[in-house]
Amino acid sequence: MTMPPETLNIDMQNGMFRAEVLRAGQGAPLVYLHGAAGHKGWAPFLDRLAEQFTVYAPYIPGYSNSTGLEYLEDVLDLTLYHLELMDALGLESAHLAGHFLGGMIAAEMAALSPGYVDRLVLVAPAGLWRDDAPVADFLAMNSAELQECLWAGGSGGSDATAEDIAAAERAMELLSPERVQDLTAAGKFLWPIPDRGLKRRAYRIKAPSLVLWGQEDRLVPPVYADDFARLIPGSRVEVFPNAGHLVMLEQSDTLAGTIAEFLKG
Amino acid sequence: MKMCFFHLMPYGYLPEDFSNQYHSVWVDAPNHLFDPKKGTQLYNDYLDELEFAEEMGFDGLCVNEHHYNAYGLMPSPNLMASAMTRRTSKAAIIVLGNSLALYNPPVRVAEEFAMLDVLSGGRFVAGFPLGTSQDTVFGYGEVPVTLREKYNEAHDLVIKAWTEREPFAFNGKYTQLRYVNIWPRPYQEPHPPVWVPGSGSLETWDWTIEHDYVYCYLSYSGYKVGKTVLDGFWEEVDRQGKEFNPYHAGFLQLVAVSETDSQVDEYKDYIEYFFKKCLHVPGGFANAPGYRTLRSINSGVSTQIVESRREQATDFNWMDYVKAGNVIVGSPESVREELAQAIRELRVGNLMLLLHFGDMPKDITLKNTELFAKEVMPYVRDIWSEYETRWWPKTMMDA
Repeated sequence: MTMPPETLNIDMQNGMFRAEVLRAGQGAPLVYLHGAAGHKGWAPFLDRLAEQFTVYAPYIPGYSNSTGLEYLEDVLDLTLYHLELMDALGLESAHLAGHFLGGMIAAEMAALSPGYVDRLVLVAPAGLWRDDAPVADFLAMNSAELQECLWAGGSGGSDATAEDIAAAERAMELLSPERVQDLTAAGKFLWPIPDRGLKRRAYRIKAPSLVLWGQEDRLVPPVYADDFARLIPGSRVEVFPNAGHLVMLEQSDTLAGTIAEFLKG
Repeated sequence: MKMCFFHLMPYGYLPEDFSNQYHSVWVDAPNHLFDPKKGTQLYNDYLDELEFAEEMGFDGLCVNEHHYNAYGLMPSPNLMASAMTRRTSKAAIIVLGNSLALYNPPVRVAEEFAMLDVLSGGRFVAGFPLGTSQDTVFGYGEVPVTLREKYNEAHDLVIKAWTEREPFAFNGKYTQLRYVNIWPRPYQEPHPPVWVPGSGSLETWDWTIEHDYVYCYLSYSGYKVGKTVLDGFWEEVDRQGKEFNPYHAGFLQLVAVSETDSQVDEYKDYIEYFFKKCLHVPGGFANAPGYRTLRSINSGVSTQIVESRREQATDFNWMDYVKAGNVIVGSPESVREELAQAIRELRVGNLMLLLHFGDMPKDITLKNTELFAKEVMPYVRDIWSEYETRWWPKTMMDA
């Protein structure tokens, strides 16, 4: 049986930021940073990981009740904020995992302050750009177009619930507060080109690193996995067939198992 | 009333099946569809039409800025305004405007607008739009959530560049300059009147009222939807304790005048070209997340505009656009009546007339312009005669 996560509200810099952090489980600390579209908060794959780790899942500023997006002007601010959040949580170091936007942040943290990161897991991370395989323009997409990008084409093997899909759809109604809130922060750090210089800094990543991708990811094509592998010294890539951008919802057990195994070393 | 002739300068040769074959008229319509030779003819026809409008007695001539847009071929309206200053002498030259956040450094706008003001002998009106989501976010790669802050800062810099008489330094968040010292400075003192095109964002209302600028609602949704936006603006003026003056606001309306009511179907094709092809824009381009604040979205005004467009885009024919008020068409008598009603309902003193739209040819445009000027304009001119505008070039009012 899994317990629902507890919610921590962390004040930082005298109230400039308030971080909403979900926490559950026992064991070595694992910080999970969510992506920009289609998933945030808690999900079954985090339950699985909480069986072996103490999982911290903060909302990025601008999402849910986490505030202070207006004080984060660039990726350096965003990265320092998350290192500061680890300090506030009393984590001298932790495993870091991140999806899409959260993956970019995790990689930046590992490059900027390698000592904070024990092991690093990047799931379909943002942060690089290829002219021959552009990251899809998620800011302009309507609901149908985004669904096409987020999920693998086939339904076979998907663990995503009807609720997951409905939530992703709801969030894409053009003027829905959910879409606006979710993608506002993403737009700030990923628009117009989600390359903010990670390629110049990735060589500094010291943590053993695992790069995971859904073979059918149409938001960030899996060809980017090779670029991350090339840029991060000693990293390893695993690609999941029949999975799209939301691989952690589509194949939650398999993904959680792979991550847990890697983190255990 | 101040009656202004507005031109969008659309490309009039989009293929028949454009809206089925292409994703959007704006942002990603491929420019292989543009024939430069036809473009030469269009630009010159359009400038002729603007100059003719002055001859017919319009008070102002308006041009505006769009990027990657097949219905607005003016990435730089300043170039068109510049051409107009040489062939006109009486009408105000109104650029609506330059999207301040797109210029680096924004003093470029202060400089070019000052040039236009000097070149025209103080006939210039400066428009400062935030800029549409299509132009700013998707066209020029601006980050939606910081656009307004960048715009506000650029505005402060431009006003200071216009009004300071000694060089100064500017340490902003988005622009840092050791020296700001524009030559020429504007002809008008302290600077040209400022008009702000908007689309129903509460922040634009607040800001425009705070700075005492003209608020212009430039939509193609017509006066029936426009009333929601203008009512909101006037409520805000009232709430902020400012005195009502109809010249504080402007509105754009499509109008087509025929000799008789039975002849109006001569405009059918141009109306359908405009609404079916020119406004073929997917909602995602118009609403980048973060472009509108949640506060504005929750106010419902933007939602209503989006909804009205979606409804109209699907199965309207040209008469539906007429019924919805998108276009006012008819004999001079019919147009007078409907337009006067719209002006009174919206309580606007600055009217921008879009008398060319879609693929309307030059001879029809000139006819529409002449009929409007001679048979309609005189009947609505005096509607707000008890008010005076403080948003018109002073040089011209003294003359």
